[in-house]
Amino acid sequence: MTAEITITANGAEQSVPVGTTVRQLIVRLGLEKQACAAEVNKALVPRREQESRELKQGDSIELVSLVGGG
Amino acid sequence: MSTHQSSEPGHAPFRIGTRTFHSRLFVGTGKYKTNELMRDALAASACEVVTVAVRRERLFNEQGQSLLSFIDTKKYTILPNTAGCFTAEDAVRVARLGRDILEQLDNPGASWVKLEVLADKKTLLPDPHGTLEAVKTLVKDGFQVLAYTSDDPIAAIRLKEAGAASVMPAGSPIGSGQGVLNPNNIILCLEKLKEGDKDYPVIVDAGVGCASDVAEAMELGADGVLLNTAIAHAKDAVMMAHAMRHACVGGRQSYLAGRIPKKLYATASSPWEGVVSYIPGE
Repeated sequence: MTAEITITANGAEQSVPVGTTVRQLIVRLGLEKQACAAEVNKALVPRREQESRELKQGDSIELVSLVGGG
Repeated sequence: MSTHQSSEPGHAPFRIGTRTFHSRLFVGTGKYKTNELMRDALAASACEVVTVAVRRERLFNEQGQSLLSFIDTKKYTILPNTAGCFTAEDAVRVARLGRDILEQLDNPGASWVKLEVLADKKTLLPDPHGTLEAVKTLVKDGFQVLAYTSDDPIAAIRLKEAGAASVMPAGSPIGSGQGVLNPNNIILCLEKLKEGDKDYPVIVDAGVGCASDVAEAMELGADGVLLNTAIAHAKDAVMMAHAMRHACVGGRQSYLAGRIPKKLYATASSPWEGVVSYIPGE
């Protein structure tokens, strides 16, 4: 059985396999087809670092996109 | 003379930071009934800059279409906002997230931000301290900051001094449709911000309710107007977008032409001399 860690993504707790990267989380959530920015523990993880940045137990992730606004 | 827009006076390009635009109308993408309506209204407004928000919502709406499916990112410069932020820290975070998205899209709006640091949910009035703090941080981080502020001329000048690429005083509270409530303050903002720096861009942002509000802001000497709700919630959004476009151009032309002074008494436009039964000397 794959070891898992618990993270919080957009306010909701979930378990992901140890070693999951930010990019893998984005794909897992089905968000990979659109431009999506990510933050881990309130610090931006730029797109170019999403593949290499591994998540850790207790990390809080924000995944955002553009919506209509004024 | 051709009536084509570009051949008329009042269409000289203007600069904000490193970018040059012809349309002085900036239009928001929020609150339209449908994405199709938004797309058509943006086209009718002839704007070149559109604002967007950064949110954690899922990318796809019920039809599986994202906002970006309806905005031509090669045509429009996207200006991400920090709407909904009540601290400088959150606004800086959102600005950085927005920049990362726009870099992925290769849109010229990357590194641009419409900064909002709000103080109160009911009025959506800006927090002057938080806004100033965020401008300083973002400028250091390489952003060109378009700072939403109240119509307080002193707050406005402080934001410029902190390095804001443009200061955007509110005509009235966001989405209120009250127009320019205190034109004298807007005039003072313009005077302060353009002192010795006449091309410094000042955009009236928020409060527009109808086309005459846009014309008024432009007639006061604003370089542009940013609006959203007045188009999105008009009974006919596309028609209102057309109206806003013309009001913006008309207001600019009126400002450049120079209005006559207001007087208490009438001045006849037709000569008295030669009027039937006219008595010379009377």
